Amino acid sequence: MALGIIGKKIGMTQVFSSDGEVVPVTVVQAGPCVVVQKKTPDKDGYSALQLGFGSKKAQKCTKPLQGHFKKVSDAACAVLREFRVEDGASYDVGQSVTVDIFVQGEVVEIIGTSKGKGFAGNIKRHGFSRGPMAHGSKFHRQVGSVGQSAWPSHVFKGKRMPGHLGNAQVTVKGLRVVDTRPEENLLLIRGAVPGHKNSLIMICKTKQA
Amino acid sequence: MNTIDRLEREQMRIDIPKFRTGDTVKVHVKISEGEKDRIQVFQGVVIGRHNSGLKSSFTVRKVSYGVGVERVFPLHSPAIDKIEMVQPGKVRRSRLYYLRGLRGKAARVKTRRYEN
Repeated sequence: MALGIIGKKIGMTQVFSSDGEVVPVTVVQAGPCVVVQKKTPDKDGYSALQLGFGSKKAQKCTKPLQGHFKKVSDAACAVLREFRVEDGASYDVGQSVTVDIFVQGEVVEIIGTSKGKGFAGNIKRHGFSRGPMAHGSKFHRQVGSVGQSAWPSHVFKGKRMPGHLGNAQVTVKGLRVVDTRPEENLLLIRGAVPGHKNSLIMICKTKQA
Repeated sequence: MNTIDRLEREQMRIDIPKFRTGDTVKVHVKISEGEKDRIQVFQGVVIGRHNSGLKSSFTVRKVSYGVGVERVFPLHSPAIDKIEMVQPGKVRRSRLYYLRGLRGKAARVKTRRYEN
Protein backbone atom coordinates (compact mmCIF):
# COMPACT_ATOMS: atom_id res chain seq x y z
CA MET A 1 0.00 0.00 0.00
CA ALA A 2 1.38 3.32 -1.04
CA LEU A 3 0.46 6.86 -0.22
CA GLY A 4 -3.23 7.48 -0.25
CA ILE A 5 -6.06 9.40 1.27
CA ILE A 6 -8.96 8.66 3.57
CA GLY A 7 -12.44 9.34 2.28
CA LYS A 8 -16.15 8.82 2.60
CA LYS A 9 -18.24 7.15 -0.06
CA ILE A 10 -21.05 9.46 -1.13
CA GLY A 11 -22.80 7.41 -3.76
CA MET A 12 -22.90 6.53 -7.41
CA THR A 13 -23.95 8.49 -10.45
CA GLN A 14 -22.83 8.84 -14.04
CA VAL A 15 -20.81 11.30 -16.07
CA PHE A 16 -20.45 11.74 -19.79
CA SER A 17 -17.02 11.33 -21.32
CA SER A 18 -15.86 13.76 -23.99
CA ASP A 19 -17.15 11.48 -26.75
CA GLY A 20 -20.57 11.22 -25.16
CA GLU A 21 -20.12 7.84 -23.55
CA VAL A 22 -21.77 7.27 -20.19
CA VAL A 23 -19.25 6.46 -17.45
CA PRO A 24 -20.56 5.05 -14.15
CA VAL A 25 -18.77 6.70 -11.25
CA THR A 26 -18.63 6.54 -7.49
CA VAL A 27 -18.36 9.93 -5.81
CA VAL A 28 -15.96 10.00 -2.87
CA GLN A 29 -15.48 12.82 -0.40
CA ALA A 30 -11.75 12.43 0.06
CA GLY A 31 -9.69 14.38 2.53
CA PRO A 32 -8.37 16.83 3.37
CA CYS A 33 -6.23 14.66 5.62
CA VAL A 34 -3.60 15.81 8.08
CA VAL A 35 -0.28 14.08 8.62
CA VAL A 36 -0.51 13.29 12.32
CA GLN A 37 2.61 11.23 12.69
CA LYS A 38 5.53 10.03 10.64
CA LYS A 39 6.78 6.53 11.26
CA THR A 40 10.44 6.10 10.53
CA PRO A 41 12.59 2.99 10.17
CA ASP A 42 14.87 4.19 12.94
CA LYS A 43 12.15 4.55 15.51
CA ASP A 44 9.31 2.30 14.36
CA GLY A 45 11.04 -0.19 12.09
CA TYR A 46 9.12 0.90 8.99
CA SER A 47 8.27 4.10 7.23
CA ALA A 48 4.71 5.28 6.98
CA LEU A 49 2.51 8.33 7.28
CA GLN A 50 -0.30 8.39 9.77
CA LEU A 51 -3.14 10.47 8.35
CA GLY A 52 -6.13 11.87 10.17
CA PHE A 53 -9.53 12.50 8.57
CA GLY A 54 -12.64 14.25 9.80
CA SER A 55 -12.93 16.11 13.06
CA LYS A 56 -14.13 15.39 16.52
CA LYS A 57 -14.03 17.15 19.87
CA ALA A 58 -10.72 16.80 21.62
CA GLN A 59 -12.40 16.05 24.94
CA LYS A 60 -14.18 13.07 23.37
CA CYS A 61 -10.80 11.37 22.88
CA THR A 62 -8.92 9.45 25.49
CA LYS A 63 -6.12 11.27 27.27
CA PRO A 64 -3.34 9.45 25.38
CA LEU A 65 -5.00 10.26 22.07
CA GLN A 66 -5.47 13.89 23.09
CA GLY A 67 -1.75 14.10 23.69
CA HIS A 68 -1.12 12.48 20.32
CA PHE A 69 -3.23 15.06 18.48
CA LYS A 70 -1.85 17.97 20.51
CA LYS A 71 1.50 17.57 18.78
CA VAL A 72 -0.18 18.60 15.52
CA SER A 73 -3.00 20.98 16.40
CA ASP A 74 -5.78 21.60 18.90
CA ALA A 75 -8.34 19.77 16.80
CA ALA A 76 -8.76 16.01 16.92
CA CYS A 77 -9.36 13.75 13.94
CA ALA A 78 -12.25 11.31 13.77
CA VAL A 79 -10.19 8.54 12.20
CA LEU A 80 -6.53 7.71 11.91
CA ARG A 81 -5.06 5.46 9.25
CA GLU A 82 -1.54 4.61 8.24
CA PHE A 83 -0.15 4.57 4.71
CA ARG A 84 3.17 2.94 3.98
CA VAL A 85 5.45 5.22 2.01
CA GLU A 86 8.95 4.56 0.76
CA ASP A 87 10.18 7.90 1.92
CA GLY A 88 8.09 10.23 4.03
CA ALA A 89 10.65 13.04 3.86
CA SER A 90 8.54 15.12 1.49
CA TYR A 91 5.75 15.35 4.07
CA ASP A 92 5.86 17.14 7.39
CA VAL A 93 3.73 16.53 10.43
CA GLY A 94 0.74 18.85 10.25
CA GLN A 95 0.83 19.09 6.49
CA SER A 96 -2.43 18.34 4.72
CA VAL A 97 -2.93 15.73 2.04
CA THR A 98 -5.66 16.46 -0.50
CA VAL A 99 -7.05 14.92 -3.66
CA ASP A 100 -4.30 16.75 -5.53
CA ILE A 101 -2.10 13.68 -5.07
CA PHE A 102 -4.23 11.98 -7.73
CA VAL A 103 -4.47 12.89 -11.39
CA GLN A 104 -7.18 12.14 -13.92
CA GLY A 105 -6.94 8.65 -15.36
CA GLU A 106 -4.75 7.33 -12.55
CA VAL A 107 -5.25 3.74 -11.44
CA VAL A 108 -5.95 3.43 -7.72
CA GLU A 109 -6.64 0.78 -5.15
CA ILE A 110 -9.53 1.14 -2.73
CA ILE A 111 -9.86 -0.46 0.68
CA GLY A 112 -13.28 -0.44 2.27
CA THR A 113 -15.69 -2.45 4.35
CA SER A 114 -18.25 -4.40 2.37
CA LYS A 115 -21.97 -4.19 3.08
CA GLY A 116 -23.05 -6.62 5.81
CA LYS A 117 -25.38 -9.37 4.58
CA GLY A 118 -25.99 -11.07 7.93
CA PHE A 119 -26.06 -14.83 8.26
CA ALA A 120 -26.09 -16.09 4.69
CA GLY A 121 -26.47 -19.55 3.21
CA ASN A 122 -24.05 -21.29 0.93
CA ILE A 123 -25.74 -20.20 -2.27
CA LYS A 124 -25.36 -16.51 -1.51
CA ARG A 125 -22.12 -16.79 0.43
CA HIS A 126 -20.10 -19.17 -1.72
CA GLY A 127 -22.03 -19.36 -4.97
CA PHE A 128 -23.17 -22.98 -4.53
CA SER A 129 -25.89 -24.21 -6.84
CA ARG A 130 -29.32 -25.07 -5.53
CA GLY A 131 -31.41 -28.19 -5.92
CA PRO A 132 -34.58 -28.47 -7.98
CA MET A 133 -37.42 -26.33 -6.62
CA ALA A 134 -40.18 -28.65 -7.93
CA HIS A 135 -40.87 -32.19 -9.22
CA GLY A 136 -41.10 -33.51 -5.66
CA SER A 137 -37.66 -32.36 -4.70
CA LYS A 138 -37.18 -31.49 -1.06
CA PHE A 139 -33.59 -30.39 -1.57
CA HIS A 140 -33.83 -26.70 -2.25
CA ARG A 141 -31.11 -24.50 -0.79
CA GLN A 142 -29.50 -26.84 1.70
CA VAL A 143 -25.78 -27.21 2.21
CA GLY A 144 -25.58 -30.77 0.90
CA SER A 145 -22.91 -33.27 1.80
CA VAL A 146 -20.10 -31.94 3.97
CA GLY A 147 -17.89 -35.01 3.72
CA GLN A 148 -17.69 -38.81 4.01
CA SER A 149 -18.60 -41.03 6.94
CA ALA A 150 -16.11 -43.70 8.01
CA TRP A 151 -13.16 -41.79 6.76
CA PRO A 152 -12.30 -39.04 7.63
CA SER A 153 -15.25 -39.08 10.07
CA HIS A 154 -15.01 -35.37 10.59
CA VAL A 155 -15.66 -32.26 8.56
CA PHE A 156 -12.50 -30.75 7.13
CA LYS A 157 -11.43 -27.38 8.36
CA GLY A 158 -12.17 -24.61 5.93
CA LYS A 159 -15.25 -26.40 4.52
CA ARG A 160 -17.40 -23.68 3.00
CA MET A 161 -20.53 -23.41 5.09
CA PRO A 162 -23.25 -20.86 5.87
CA GLY A 163 -22.28 -18.01 8.12
CA HIS A 164 -21.78 -14.31 8.35
CA LEU A 165 -21.32 -12.61 5.01
CA GLY A 166 -20.07 -9.12 4.30
CA ASN A 167 -19.00 -6.38 6.70
CA ALA A 168 -15.42 -7.39 6.05
CA GLN A 169 -12.47 -5.51 4.65
CA VAL A 170 -12.36 -5.61 0.88
CA THR A 171 -9.66 -4.29 -1.43
CA VAL A 172 -10.50 -3.46 -5.02
CA LYS A 173 -7.62 -2.92 -7.38
CA GLY A 174 -7.40 -1.34 -10.78
CA LEU A 175 -10.02 1.37 -10.35
CA ARG A 176 -9.55 4.48 -12.43
CA VAL A 177 -9.89 8.08 -11.32
CA VAL A 178 -12.25 9.78 -13.76
CA ASP A 179 -12.06 13.25 -12.28
CA THR A 180 -10.71 15.12 -9.29
CA ARG A 181 -12.27 18.23 -7.81
CA PRO A 182 -9.76 19.75 -5.41
CA GLU A 183 -11.97 22.71 -4.46
CA GLU A 184 -14.73 20.37 -3.25
CA ASN A 185 -12.43 17.55 -2.11
CA LEU A 186 -14.20 15.12 -4.42
CA LEU A 187 -12.91 12.16 -6.35
CA LEU A 188 -14.91 10.49 -9.11
CA ILE A 189 -13.88 6.88 -9.50
CA ARG A 190 -15.00 4.65 -12.31
CA GLY A 191 -17.09 1.70 -11.19
CA ALA A 192 -18.23 0.48 -7.81
CA VAL A 193 -16.47 0.85 -4.50
CA PRO A 194 -17.00 -1.49 -1.52
CA GLY A 195 -19.31 -0.45 1.29
CA HIS A 196 -22.50 1.48 1.82
CA LYS A 197 -22.95 5.23 1.51
CA ASN A 198 -21.01 7.28 4.07
CA SER A 199 -18.70 4.38 4.76
CA LEU A 200 -15.03 5.02 5.32
CA ILE A 201 -12.69 4.06 2.52
CA MET A 202 -9.00 4.39 1.81
CA ILE A 203 -7.89 5.35 -1.69
CA CYS A 204 -4.28 4.39 -2.36
CA LYS A 205 -1.89 5.04 -5.16
CA THR A 206 -0.65 1.99 -7.00
CA LYS A 207 2.83 1.30 -8.20
CA GLN A 208 3.08 2.54 -11.75
CA ALA A 209 3.75 -0.34 -14.07
CA MET B 1 -28.60 20.12 -2.27
CA ASN B 2 -26.55 17.01 -1.92
CA THR B 3 -23.37 16.39 -3.80
CA ILE B 4 -24.74 13.83 -6.22
CA ASP B 5 -27.66 16.05 -7.23
CA ARG B 6 -25.30 18.94 -7.76
CA LEU B 7 -22.93 16.89 -9.91
CA GLU B 8 -25.83 15.67 -12.00
CA ARG B 9 -27.35 19.10 -12.43
CA GLU B 10 -24.02 20.46 -13.64
CA GLN B 11 -24.07 18.10 -16.59
CA MET B 12 -27.71 18.42 -17.52
CA ARG B 13 -28.50 20.15 -20.82
CA ILE B 14 -31.04 22.91 -20.95
CA ASP B 15 -31.25 23.09 -24.73
CA ILE B 16 -33.29 19.90 -25.13
CA PRO B 17 -36.58 20.64 -26.87
CA LYS B 18 -39.89 19.36 -25.57
CA PHE B 19 -41.00 16.12 -27.15
CA ARG B 20 -43.05 13.17 -26.05
CA THR B 21 -43.75 9.57 -26.83
CA GLY B 22 -45.24 9.16 -30.28
CA ASP B 23 -43.47 12.13 -31.80
CA THR B 24 -41.38 11.60 -34.89
CA VAL B 25 -37.98 13.20 -34.34
CA LYS B 26 -34.67 13.65 -36.05
CA VAL B 27 -31.75 13.05 -33.71
CA HIS B 28 -28.49 14.56 -34.87
CA VAL B 29 -25.68 12.49 -33.39
CA LYS B 30 -22.05 13.55 -33.34
CA ILE B 31 -19.74 10.80 -34.46
CA SER B 32 -16.00 11.19 -34.19
CA GLU B 33 -13.91 9.30 -36.70
CA GLY B 34 -10.31 9.78 -35.76
CA GLU B 35 -9.73 13.49 -36.05
CA LYS B 36 -12.91 14.48 -37.79
CA ASP B 37 -16.37 14.89 -36.35
CA ARG B 38 -19.42 14.31 -38.43
CA ILE B 39 -23.12 14.33 -37.78
CA GLN B 40 -25.44 11.46 -38.42
CA VAL B 41 -29.20 11.82 -38.39
CA PHE B 42 -31.44 9.17 -36.95
CA GLN B 43 -35.09 9.75 -37.73
CA GLY B 44 -37.87 7.74 -36.17
CA VAL B 45 -40.75 7.54 -33.73
CA VAL B 46 -40.07 8.03 -30.02
CA ILE B 47 -41.45 4.83 -28.53
CA GLY B 48 -40.55 5.55 -24.93
CA ARG B 49 -38.97 7.97 -22.55
CA HIS B 50 -37.24 7.21 -19.29
CA ASN B 51 -37.31 10.30 -17.11
CA SER B 52 -34.72 10.28 -14.35
CA GLY B 53 -32.76 13.52 -14.22
CA LEU B 54 -29.37 13.18 -15.80
CA LYS B 55 -29.98 9.49 -16.38
CA SER B 56 -32.99 10.19 -18.63
CA SER B 57 -33.04 8.45 -21.97
CA PHE B 58 -35.38 7.96 -24.89
CA THR B 59 -35.85 5.26 -27.49
CA VAL B 60 -36.32 6.01 -31.16
CA ARG B 61 -37.58 3.38 -33.58
CA LYS B 62 -37.36 3.43 -37.33
CA VAL B 63 -37.78 0.85 -40.05
CA SER B 64 -34.72 0.73 -42.24
CA TYR B 65 -34.88 -1.38 -45.41
CA GLY B 66 -37.62 -3.46 -43.84
CA VAL B 67 -35.69 -4.04 -40.65
CA GLY B 68 -36.81 -2.39 -37.44
CA VAL B 69 -34.00 -0.43 -35.75
CA GLU B 70 -34.28 0.97 -32.24
CA ARG B 71 -31.76 3.24 -30.65
CA VAL B 72 -31.63 4.39 -27.04
CA PHE B 73 -30.14 7.84 -26.54
CA PRO B 74 -29.12 9.35 -23.20
CA LEU B 75 -31.16 12.57 -23.21
CA HIS B 76 -28.35 14.72 -21.80
CA SER B 77 -25.53 13.19 -23.80
CA PRO B 78 -23.09 15.67 -25.32
CA ALA B 79 -23.00 13.40 -28.38
CA ILE B 80 -26.45 14.64 -29.32
CA ASP B 81 -26.03 17.73 -31.45
CA LYS B 82 -29.71 18.56 -31.60
CA ILE B 83 -33.14 16.99 -31.61
CA GLU B 84 -35.55 18.15 -34.28
CA MET B 85 -39.29 17.65 -34.23
CA VAL B 86 -40.58 16.24 -37.48
CA GLN B 87 -44.17 15.42 -36.62
CA PRO B 88 -45.92 15.45 -33.24
CA GLY B 89 -47.81 12.23 -32.63
CA LYS B 90 -51.02 11.56 -30.75
CA VAL B 91 -50.85 8.38 -28.71
CA ARG B 92 -52.59 6.96 -25.64
CA ARG B 93 -49.66 4.99 -24.23
CA SER B 94 -46.36 6.07 -22.73
CA ARG B 95 -44.49 3.14 -24.26
CA LEU B 96 -45.29 2.21 -27.84
CA TYR B 97 -43.87 -1.28 -27.74
CA TYR B 98 -46.85 -2.50 -29.73
CA LEU B 99 -45.32 -0.90 -32.81
CA ARG B 100 -42.75 -3.67 -32.87
CA GLY B 101 -45.38 -6.18 -33.85
CA LEU B 102 -46.85 -4.02 -36.61
CA ARG B 103 -45.55 -3.14 -40.04
CA GLY B 104 -46.33 -0.78 -42.87
CA LYS B 105 -49.52 1.26 -42.65
CA ALA B 106 -50.56 -0.25 -39.32
CA ALA B 107 -47.37 0.95 -37.67
CA ARG B 108 -48.28 4.61 -38.09
CA VAL B 109 -48.95 7.07 -35.29
CA LYS B 110 -51.75 9.66 -35.49
CA THR B 111 -50.60 13.25 -35.76
CA ARG B 112 -51.20 15.67 -32.96
CA ARG B 113 -51.72 19.38 -33.43
CA TYR B 114 -48.45 20.91 -32.41
CA GLU B 115 -48.65 23.15 -29.38
CA ASN B 116 -45.32 23.73 -27.73
